[in-house]
Amino acid sequence: MKHIPSTATRRALTALAAGTVAAIALAGCSAGADDGGSESAGDGSFDSIEAALETGGEITYWSWTPSAEAQVAAFEEAYPNVKVNLVNAGTNNEEYTKLQNAIKAGSGAPDVVQVEYYAFPQFALTDAFVDLSQYGFGDFEDDYTASTWNSVTDGDAIYGLPQDSGPMALFYNKTVFDAAGVAVPTTWDEYYEAAKAIHAADPNAYITNDIGDAGFATSMIWQAGGQPFTTSGTDVTLDLQDDGSKKWADNWNRLVEEDLLAPYGSWSDEWFRGLGDGSLATLVIGAWMPGNLISGAPDGSGDWRVAPMPTYDGTAATAENGGGGQAVTKQSENPELAAGFLWWLNNSEESISTFLESGGFPSTTAELSSEEFLSDAPEYFGGQKINEVLAAAADDVVEGWNYLPYQVYANSIFGDTVGQSYQNGTDLNEGLTAWQDALVEYGDSQGFSVNK
Amino acid sequence: MALAFHRQATKRHDPMNPRNSNTLLIVMIVYALYTLVPLVWLLFSSTKTQAGLFSSFGLWFSDDFAFFDNLVATFSYRDGIFLRWLGNTLLYVVVGAGGATLLATMAGYGLAKYRFPGRRAVFAVVLGAVAVPGTALAVPTFLLFSELGLTNTPWAVIIPSLISPFGLYLIWVFATESVPTELLEAARIDGAGEFRTFFTISMRLLAPGIVTVALFTVVATWNNYFLPLIMLSDPDWYPLTVGLNQWSNQAIGAGSQPIYNLVIMGSLLTIIPIVIAFLLLQRFWQSGLTAGSVKQ
Repeated sequence: MKHIPSTATRRALTALAAGTVAAIALAGCSAGADDGGSESAGDGSFDSIEAALETGGEITYWSWTPSAEAQVAAFEEAYPNVKVNLVNAGTNNEEYTKLQNAIKAGSGAPDVVQVEYYAFPQFALTDAFVDLSQYGFGDFEDDYTASTWNSVTDGDAIYGLPQDSGPMALFYNKTVFDAAGVAVPTTWDEYYEAAKAIHAADPNAYITNDIGDAGFATSMIWQAGGQPFTTSGTDVTLDLQDDGSKKWADNWNRLVEEDLLAPYGSWSDEWFRGLGDGSLATLVIGAWMPGNLISGAPDGSGDWRVAPMPTYDGTAATAENGGGGQAVTKQSENPELAAGFLWWLNNSEESISTFLESGGFPSTTAELSSEEFLSDAPEYFGGQKINEVLAAAADDVVEGWNYLPYQVYANSIFGDTVGQSYQNGTDLNEGLTAWQDALVEYGDSQGFSVNK
Repeated sequence: MALAFHRQATKRHDPMNPRNSNTLLIVMIVYALYTLVPLVWLLFSSTKTQAGLFSSFGLWFSDDFAFFDNLVATFSYRDGIFLRWLGNTLLYVVVGAGGATLLATMAGYGLAKYRFPGRRAVFAVVLGAVAVPGTALAVPTFLLFSELGLTNTPWAVIIPSLISPFGLYLIWVFATESVPTELLEAARIDGAGEFRTFFTISMRLLAPGIVTVALFTVVATWNNYFLPLIMLSDPDWYPLTVGLNQWSNQAIGAGSQPIYNLVIMGSLLTIIPIVIAFLLLQRFWQSGLTAGSVKQ
């Protein structure tokens, strides 16, 4: 069973997207003249948004979120003059490729689009999204957690509203830990010891799986305090051997070099099987995971618990893993209406509660601190109040992280560089250096000025 | 006696020395297993529920038997989008592969049977085109089509499918061998126009070749994945290949809704028409493939 397009296909898709990034990066410099079109239409306040919602119209919304259908239906009921065409244009990378192509082609992009946080800079910095600060969206800053708000903004510019968040936590199979007589790790040193003990107790069992996953690695570097990517205009600073990056690589090397990681990717059928039958003991993953465990690994019901993410020195620290929001594209012919839909989608109680019912994890501070949310105690997790742990994680996200303005491409070549270290069981620092070299070269070829 | 012995010794499969055929048999058994195991896995898996898939051995049944539930669910999921995808695939196959076969037949026949300036140049271009894989052309084709405003329409899938250089080459070789020029001259003397000659006489002689090309293009269009993937963003126009991949991707990421049982049932339903087409047409397929291999 194959869930992800083959490497060749992905590479070709990425190549297609890559070519268009360059064109857009360059266009971004000269686009000043026609910027006025959409921006002068608004009168710089939220009133124009409310007026547009009343007047109505038709917009297109690209999303692969399962809750999108119910949310759109509820929205159309609340604003009967608005028609929203919901299109699932593909999951993550596939959608980004199509969006990038539509931007390059100058037509075909939707009004509102779902984008994960790691891909936001790529579109925002290349002038594909409408800056929502002109509609007074700055007032919503306090509604969201600091890390998610930071992910959709760049200085004063607001390129979207956060939908979900993924502060990382340690999901662990309690039955496996009990059987092996191992305590739940709170530091990475304990995690390494637990990895050895669990694999020794049952050769088929592993502490976790990892064959090289860019999203996971960047989140882990984030937690370790690394800041490998800094962007200012078209100047990019890239250092995948800074203190935090090295700290993570040295830590994770122990697991890679001693074959303590299950050799398959996340979301594969082995992975779902392992989550159900106890051969995967932990997942260090975003807070959106519970719904996936419940629906994807029903056999593990009752076995799983949640604990804070292990740390290096005992001081609580975590990072965002996955999650994303929605943005309004510059191709939208009715940006006020599109912004209105976006506001309702990610800021109204009705929409957010629909999102939570589908198993999503919120980015809004009101939900994260609500009694109802915190007291939820799912059977699957043995009645543990997991949201208490997960909501606390949202407060412990390390500050100062940024993704590259070509992170989608970067992630697509992770397997060719860092993935080699995983495959050969060798030093991850070498892989990170190879990744760095490839990214510097690529960035320069795309019109960025990298490490200059 | 001596002669008979001599003849026996030169035979490739010597009955006195059966070691050869045993090796061959083993190779063939391994190859058959290699080909059939995924199909058997698909058949067993199509009887399982989503939960059963992950808790049972792949090449046997699980405790629950959900074949018919899966069948119904596949056709009813999301207001029956699977049927729509099936219809799209049929449209692309009938118009795309059908058109490709017609064009390849006419062009191949024309190049084989008419003498005109530039014929050699066309020959070179067609041979060159055979060597270029369609995937390599997908990206330039996309940029071209977006200029024309045809992306995200069925035309974006149909028009590129109409071109089959390999089919053209096959018909060319086939027509050279199996349509006697004398017959065409006789038809001309009797007063038949070139089109009438083509449709009433030549096409009949070319039938095995046409079926072969049709099979090639039908299979290629039916399995086409990359081109529709980049051309289409509206799921309403997806063919089965891209649609099933979208279902499969539902298992990835936050708020995932894995429906592997439907992906598997959908895959099974998707390969059935191709299997039937092969079984029915393999006779023509073989005679078409060997056409022109022996000079008469």
